[in-house]
Amino acid sequence: MTAAELDAIRLSLSVALRSVLFGLPLAVLVAWILARRRAGGRILLDAFVHLPLVLPPVVVGYLLLLLFGTRGPIGGWLDRTFGVQLIFTSTGAALATAVMTFPLMVRAIRISLEGIDAGLEEAARTLGAGAWDRFCSITLPLMLPGILAGAVTAFAAGLGEFGAVITFVSNIPGETRTLPLALYTALQTPGGDALAARLATISFTLGIAGLIAAELIARRLRRMLGR
Amino acid sequence: MKIAARLHRSEFTLDVAVDVPAAGTVALFGRSGCGKTTLANIIAGLLQPESAVIEIGGVTLENTQTRTRVPVERRRIGYVFQDARLFPHFSVLGNLRYGERRAPAAQRAITFDHVVDLLGLTHLLQRRPRELSGGERQRVALGRALLSQPRLLLLDEPLASLDAARREEVLPYLEKLRDELSIPIIFVSHQFDEVLRLATHVVLMNDGRIVAQGAVEAMSLHPELRAIVGAEAVGSVVSGSIVAADPHTGLAAVQVGEGVLNVTLRDAHPGTQVRVQVLARDVILATYRPEGLSVRNILAGRITAIVPDDVDADLVSVDVGGSIVLSRVTRAALQSLSLQVGMQVWVLVKAVSIRGHAFLAPRGG
Repeated sequence: MTAAELDAIRLSLSVALRSVLFGLPLAVLVAWILARRRAGGRILLDAFVHLPLVLPPVVVGYLLLLLFGTRGPIGGWLDRTFGVQLIFTSTGAALATAVMTFPLMVRAIRISLEGIDAGLEEAARTLGAGAWDRFCSITLPLMLPGILAGAVTAFAAGLGEFGAVITFVSNIPGETRTLPLALYTALQTPGGDALAARLATISFTLGIAGLIAAELIARRLRRMLGR
Repeated sequence: MKIAARLHRSEFTLDVAVDVPAAGTVALFGRSGCGKTTLANIIAGLLQPESAVIEIGGVTLENTQTRTRVPVERRRIGYVFQDARLFPHFSVLGNLRYGERRAPAAQRAITFDHVVDLLGLTHLLQRRPRELSGGERQRVALGRALLSQPRLLLLDEPLASLDAARREEVLPYLEKLRDELSIPIIFVSHQFDEVLRLATHVVLMNDGRIVAQGAVEAMSLHPELRAIVGAEAVGSVVSGSIVAADPHTGLAAVQVGEGVLNVTLRDAHPGTQVRVQVLARDVILATYRPEGLSVRNILAGRITAIVPDDVDADLVSVDVGGSIVLSRVTRAALQSLSLQVGMQVWVLVKAVSIRGHAFLAPRGG
């Protein structure tokens, strides 16, 4: 493999990993609200979370540009206070990927949460456990298979995120040119067919491996948790 | 213990107020859907009613007038749910320790070893909940609740999800808890035999209201109980102490008031307090003292009341040496014997149809 290919793989892995780390805590929180709270704005929150699934990725990238660009309200503030720039950086790519894969994570976590008998939390409560204690000792461990499955699925999907990434952070070799972007570039280049085929194979392999790993880990966890 | 609550739901209203003895075992008894479990959830704090006063052992847990409401996790009520609700990701040991670890150190009066011993859990400690039988699960749930050092043990039909054999396996443990620990118990039940074996005090509930309450013996004669258990299951409950036991015949003589009842009771020891239920359908009345019968109980008594039993027969109350025995007789029999209030009669009950339940261990609590 050439240095450029290795770069693309390394970038894809790092972007996908960081996107999961960004998104996971928030995904757990949102899934918990959706599954356990009876708040009024739940339908709205649910719709908002699932938006990236139905919007064209380019639109998501464009919205990120508006919000997180150096002249955007959030991006400008980040730039002025911390000197952090998101556009044209791999961190920005991770943010775009996190937004796109967020619904997948929330979905998996929420399903596992809905499978947990709320009566167990009530029982913990009668035994003297406060809200945070209950969450850490009962809810969180029991939803671990869902969290893990969600994280791995999001990771695998994040490896291939294209539209939002290229719109938000452009296609810079070594910085934001992840696997799919490298594949796209190869296809645009005369004589790049062989490279494109190799990159496609790599994407395919990583994706399959990720999905199988998710299932195996979830199974083992479920057995460990006695379910 | 003072418990009052009012709760309105679209299809259901609960409106109860009751003051029950602080010591002993109280049964909330009624048909399914009468609001027993709702009341239990209100006591535990899992449901918030429109108005409520809950006082246990001098501590106010809830009073909507003074806006007092102790949160569930600080009420220290050991709740045993019908479906056990053991934590699947912990072993039996982990489940038992869960509540114990969270109990205030100053309140730790019930020790781990005692509970494990009392409930026979030693060989189960390393198991996971899914590897337990239904009866074992309930025993672990009981132990878990006890170790949280509760001021009150609240049992919501702990035997309802078990088959007859499993029920018989758990009941003796509940009897042991009642007799050996000094924690007040409230339990929800719709099976009168559980009340008979466990309770000292019964609160009868119907359609979201308390219709009667009192000692089990007195409540066994209450017309509201008949409405709940049905005419077939009506019978008076009497208690007394064993005066003689014959291990060969399996018969025990129980002194009840001024009379003696012969009952079948295994492992009977003189002095043991027992409670028996004499089902009205098993009691025969005679106008003279019969002879040559296999019946072991032939007692003289006087009729104190005759009421229709809502089906096709009459219920005759007979005072036998200070205790009331009920007899269910057909109208035809009533007429041909010309039974009337105030009449002297003989009460006949087969010893095999009376089962005795030891109530307090002879050595005491």
